[in-house]
Amino acid sequence: MISIFRRPASSPTPRRLTLDILRYNPAEPERAPTLQAFTIDEAEGMTLFIALNEIRAHQDPSLQFDFVCRAGICGSCAMLVDGRPALACRTLTRDLNSHITLAPLPFFELIGDLSVNTGQWMRGTAERLQTWIHAVDRVSIDEIEAPMAPELAEAIYELDRCIECGCCIAACGTAQMRPDFVGAVGLNKIARFRLDPRDQRSDEDFYELIGDDSGVFGCMSLLGCHDVCPKQLSLQTQIAFLRRKMARLGFD
Amino acid sequence: MQIIHSDVLIIGGGLAGLRAGLAARKRGQEVIILSLVPPKRSHSAAAQGGMQASLANSTRGSGDNEDVHFEDTVRGSDWGNDQIVARMFAHTAPKAVRELAAWGVPWNRVQAGDHTAIIDGQPVTISESTTAHGLITARDFGGTKKWRTCYVSDGTGHAMLYAVSDQSIAAGIPVHERMEAVSLIHDGSRCHGAIVRNLMTGELLAYVARATCIATGGFGRIYQSTTNAVINEGIGAAIALETGIVPLANMEAVQFHPTAIFPAGILVTEGCRGDGGLLRDVDGHRFMPDYEPEKKELASRDVVSRRMEAHIQSGKGVRNRFGEHLWLDITLLGEQHINGKLREVKEICQHFLGIDPSRQWIPVRPAQHYSMGGIRTTPDGAVYGLQGLFSCGEAACWDLHGFNRLGGNSVAETVVSGMIVGEAIADFCASPAGELTVSTALIRDCGRQAAEEFSAIARCSGPENASQLLRDMQQTMSQQVGIVRHGDALQSAVDTLKSLILRSRQIGLRCSRPGANPELLLAWRVRKMLKLALCVADGALQRTESRGAHFRSDHPQRNDADWLKRTLAYWPDAEQTRPTLRYEALDVLRMELPPGWRGYGARDAIDHPDTSRRQAEVDALRQQLASADRNTRQAALLAFRHHLPAHLRGDNARLGEAP
Repeated sequence: MISIFRRPASSPTPRRLTLDILRYNPAEPERAPTLQAFTIDEAEGMTLFIALNEIRAHQDPSLQFDFVCRAGICGSCAMLVDGRPALACRTLTRDLNSHITLAPLPFFELIGDLSVNTGQWMRGTAERLQTWIHAVDRVSIDEIEAPMAPELAEAIYELDRCIECGCCIAACGTAQMRPDFVGAVGLNKIARFRLDPRDQRSDEDFYELIGDDSGVFGCMSLLGCHDVCPKQLSLQTQIAFLRRKMARLGFD
Repeated sequence: MQIIHSDVLIIGGGLAGLRAGLAARKRGQEVIILSLVPPKRSHSAAAQGGMQASLANSTRGSGDNEDVHFEDTVRGSDWGNDQIVARMFAHTAPKAVRELAAWGVPWNRVQAGDHTAIIDGQPVTISESTTAHGLITARDFGGTKKWRTCYVSDGTGHAMLYAVSDQSIAAGIPVHERMEAVSLIHDGSRCHGAIVRNLMTGELLAYVARATCIATGGFGRIYQSTTNAVINEGIGAAIALETGIVPLANMEAVQFHPTAIFPAGILVTEGCRGDGGLLRDVDGHRFMPDYEPEKKELASRDVVSRRMEAHIQSGKGVRNRFGEHLWLDITLLGEQHINGKLREVKEICQHFLGIDPSRQWIPVRPAQHYSMGGIRTTPDGAVYGLQGLFSCGEAACWDLHGFNRLGGNSVAETVVSGMIVGEAIADFCASPAGELTVSTALIRDCGRQAAEEFSAIARCSGPENASQLLRDMQQTMSQQVGIVRHGDALQSAVDTLKSLILRSRQIGLRCSRPGANPELLLAWRVRKMLKLALCVADGALQRTESRGAHFRSDHPQRNDADWLKRTLAYWPDAEQTRPTLRYEALDVLRMELPPGWRGYGARDAIDHPDTSRRQAEVDALRQQLASADRNTRQAALLAFRHHLPAHLRGDNARLGEAP
């Protein structure tokens, strides 16, 4: 027999949702940012992706927001949902109150309304932390690949699952005070390449990248990042581990 | 208008565009990549299940090689693809996987010893050899003779995209994000770059380049129910079509993926079935063996999707308030396997359906998934009609996939075609033809034309609403140009779409916001999307046969005698309301694998008159060279290595194969 888990059936009349959305268009600097209220009827299985598109199609065609995959894998649609960073596309309205507040992610450059420029910041961070495999040896692609322990490959993928959505930065206490902080997203990448034997950088090399207050020593261990990460990466463990490794190196 | 120069302009920051850009950059060309979104957010990230390459490391992949991969791909395509391209691809795919491994992709690896897999609903013990321990492993996918799909859990595309994107950052290639190419700069014979709109400010810019490459992916969003990301609107293909000179090929060849969650249309990977998942109906009955006794759930996607729809039509669908669906059952794979190898699937089920797939069945129904058709190119990736214009990835009809693509062959195509086409672009730039001789007047004229197009839309106060037209188009496509097609419905779709095109010239905007104006953008894009939709619908209406994913209930047979040819759709006059269709024949006499039965699906094709003659030739050659090694034999049948860049011509090493 099939048993499909169902949440309590919705009442016959759908809930009426009110979405307070922060509006601001940088092309119109004379108009101050404002919260604008939209009302819509909730539908079964409605996500914020569906709700926002419905508002744009029927109520305000100028509303700006970013969705790409709408499946929780690309990281485009992070925003503050009732004050908490989250991926809008996989947030079901039934998990929220009927009064919902949406605001753009803080920290990042605002493009307009709910759209922020995470891409530019992530590219800058990738350049600064050199988030690619640094290999000295040349590999022939005609030859059989170098073996790797299966469990190591899986451990690397665990850290490789970051989708650069920016939630961790938006939830970070240090980032609010230090615009140059690399954040959990940056530190997790260092942990990822450090674990990868194909990357021939040493801990000394990594220390040069993150061994200061804009790197691993800037973290105050508030760990908002860990709480909001939509991919549930082990950010707490990774940061603590890196800090221990880097601190030891700093003393030597 | 600001003019930005580079040697190479790549339009599209997904895997294909990034990889082509890297290849050209490594040859010393200055490259700029344009992307609608930050490149790591491209739809390439959504490829879950894996990438086909015949490494033959795992036990179930043993005996695999380029020949087997080639034949699977041709059969999958229903003989509609270019066999030269399929050969180039099968040969390069192992190199691509190995290169990606060196760039850090954490491919899942072979674990020596016994492990249990679910095959045909039963647990089976498979022993992996100690010599293969730690090498890249593979899973089973539909339409393949061997387990050939290399994977990283079910986040393969994500891992590949991040590795390649990070390589492009390492190579210092600038990516201009949130930029959309709105027209090509060309003089009727040579492409000189593109007019580009900044999506944040609405400003128009000119990007002038010696070579331009369109790698903008597919156009799934012309359908209502699609697994595609919201950015897959096909604008890159549309601006090529609007030159009037460049043809879009085989646009009617549209793939529907069997397992999109219902009703949201979000993909769950073919890896679910590859790893042993089953399809069930309203009674909980596993129905695929009734239709496809041999390949069952793992026939090619077109066949499985069609069987599923037929099963629903026969009254065996599960009804809910959104319509009818079937079940995908992966409970038999166990929680540990799902948590490790199908974790994206698990997350998607949790977040969008509120179910746990290790205990509950997943509601699925086929949805639009992939465009086999696209901008027609040569095997080098050079676009028909305009010199200096290239295309690769899903945007192109390189013609690897013909009328049906095998799972795991598209994400493989992105990197493989990027490797090959990027080299061709560098060759072109280094040749005399690659010199840039564009006049500023031409750039200005193209810029003016694009600006006028936007301001005409902004000025128009017509009665039509862009999002309504978009919905009407998407509904028409899903209902009348879907999995099972019929002449009457196709004719009605063409008529509807033609009237939508006329109405799209009367869109009035409700908002005149300065800067990024999403409404203006939608009004502009829907006119382009309608042209693509007409290429699909009209191509499907004219093609009175069934081949691969194009299935006509009024013409159910594959007809090689009349239809072994590629549709080429042109749009020479902006005022016309349907494409001009021409055809390009496939040459049976040059095929390494002459047309036959696919090994699954219907077995009633009408033969091409040359088939038996070519088959006799191939048989004779094979017999004559029976004692030669397989590469010599293959080269006698269809020489292809000369089409590849020199550094990609070498043999691929494999365990147990003599070097």
